[in-house]
Amino acid sequence: MPVAPDSRSPYRVDLIQLDLLLAAVCRAGYQLIGPSIKDGAIVYDEVSSIEELPVGWTDDQEAGRYRLQRRDDRALFGYVVGPQSWKKLLHPPRQLLWKGRRTDGGLETIAREEVTPRRAFLAVRACEIAAIGIQDRVFTQGQHADPIYAHRREQALVIAVNCTEPAGTCFCSSLGTGPEVISGFDLALTEMIDESGHWFMLEVGTDRGGALLEGLEFTPVTDTERRAVHQRVDAAARQMGRALNTKGLKKLLYDSYDHPRWDDVADRCLACSNCTMVCPTCFCTTVEDVTELSGEIAERWRRWDSCFTLDFSHLSGGSVRHSTRSRYRQWMTHKLATWQDQFDSLGCVGCGRCITWCPVGIDITEEVRQIRAHPVAARASR
Amino acid sequence: MSQAPAAADPMVPLPFRVTNSKPETSDTVTLELAPINGEHRVSFAAGQFNMLYAFGVGESAISISGDPSLQDRYVHTLRAIGTVTRALHALREGDVLGLRGPFGNRWPLDRAEGRDVVIVAGGIGLAPLRTAIYRIASDRNRFGQVSVLYGCRTPDDVLYADEFSVWHHNHRINVQTTVDRSRSGWRGRVGVVTTLIPTVSLDPDNVVVMLCGPEVMIHFTVIELHRRRVRDDDIFIAMERNMKCALGFCGRCQLGPTFVCKDGSIFPYSRLRRLLTLKEL
Repeated sequence: MPVAPDSRSPYRVDLIQLDLLLAAVCRAGYQLIGPSIKDGAIVYDEVSSIEELPVGWTDDQEAGRYRLQRRDDRALFGYVVGPQSWKKLLHPPRQLLWKGRRTDGGLETIAREEVTPRRAFLAVRACEIAAIGIQDRVFTQGQHADPIYAHRREQALVIAVNCTEPAGTCFCSSLGTGPEVISGFDLALTEMIDESGHWFMLEVGTDRGGALLEGLEFTPVTDTERRAVHQRVDAAARQMGRALNTKGLKKLLYDSYDHPRWDDVADRCLACSNCTMVCPTCFCTTVEDVTELSGEIAERWRRWDSCFTLDFSHLSGGSVRHSTRSRYRQWMTHKLATWQDQFDSLGCVGCGRCITWCPVGIDITEEVRQIRAHPVAARASR
Repeated sequence: MSQAPAAADPMVPLPFRVTNSKPETSDTVTLELAPINGEHRVSFAAGQFNMLYAFGVGESAISISGDPSLQDRYVHTLRAIGTVTRALHALREGDVLGLRGPFGNRWPLDRAEGRDVVIVAGGIGLAPLRTAIYRIASDRNRFGQVSVLYGCRTPDDVLYADEFSVWHHNHRINVQTTVDRSRSGWRGRVGVVTTLIPTVSLDPDNVVVMLCGPEVMIHFTVIELHRRRVRDDDIFIAMERNMKCALGFCGRCQLGPTFVCKDGSIFPYSRLRRLLTLKEL
């Protein structure tokens, strides 16, 4: 049963206690997945203790740029989001849908015997929680429910981390999706390094989260400590590198299908799909049919796909969206306008990944700003 | 550890047997499909579609073209166009395919009750509309004048020609056919389907129009209907987009804010008006 987070007093936890807590999470049967360094970026991988986290690292992010840098402290969570999101575990890049066998009588489907472990997601940022909430609506709250997503979601425990140092490409505060974690977590941490030491404020969001604290002794935070935490998070909200003005955004884009800016962005866009791959809410897929050599067993796999590919909109007469212009327009208009009609929210959480990981540094916030600055005459809304 | 639930997975097809395969044209066939596992019941409404799976090859969204009063089989008319439809086209009586569905909404037959009905079809677009024609024929007195205006590329592409006289004589349905290119022996009209619209008397206050065909046909048909003051809310169009799941998950069938698979595939023109004017949407 979820309880309001502030119905319980937050605790002050030091490094050793945090390690004990993570050990307790693992003992409770969760596979612990957290930030970890791979190929020069922070990704999400299996970890078992705080020592395996990117201790003392931070990330420098700008449009088309991502670099890891040393910090001058030993912070565990002193960076923001990397190229991966939790989507890779809830809505896997490649997923077996089902398997079938050709029989005398015809066709027999073999049940998908997938075992998804209970997983604890460590260091889930506010924008990530917002993204998970958006994918929950896509996969579990429509006419049909996706059993794969639903099951993986159920198996996931969310240990959130508040952001105190946003990146140059972050704009969650302008979308109201961060930097503070408000809901949607089982446990939440805020990392603090101050005169009193290296410590964390630990909040409990659900009974499931609270149960993991059993047998561990933590002291409640003092009012002063709590104030210090809120000051850090509030300051983070003011340090965002970017902002996206959402006022009238849906109408603005619905009126801008013929905007010349789409030609401008098409000159730069490589249609490489990076933005959709790193986006934590993009959900589009294709399928692959695979047959064993014998021809007796066939499998059907679902794979992430992107509206930037030509194949995506292919019909018998050719692709509906053959120009890069139309494909970028589809992506951005979906994120910021049509998504609102489909799922009652934006499809963007302001994580900034599409800006950072765009090889040519296309910036969604800048594209919106340009369209807003030069509105197409009302001829569109006839 | 826990096992992923396997029950009622909307992505898993059920086995159906081809009980009849009838060639319609050189590249078009009508398949009748019966469920193999007795527990699965056929149940569909006029205008819906299924995802048909050819073993090891893939899946394709195909409209149901059969009589909705016969709820013991699915009937699909399909044209061999791509890899999957070619494999489906090659199936013979006794073969088995996979089926998921039915999906999508229905033709507005309730709205059409008591009114005239004009059905405009291009090529294989007559297949999904045949379900509506059957429904009207089975309850003919509930509708006013009913016309089917059908355009094809050549006389050899005309579907269901053997049924036209039944629709005409038994059910008072006015069937008009036209072809883009004639050949010797063709006594019918030559020209695009819009040239048939002036042959029917259209009362804009008392008509429902149902349309299915290529988008260029839709475009010019709507212009012609507007000229006759038919209202956008009385024009219904079946749309086609790339589709992998039919559940709203794969994202491919988006047409502006709509998902063709779950919001359609049939839309009142009032909902498409703007969307269809935008290129490459």
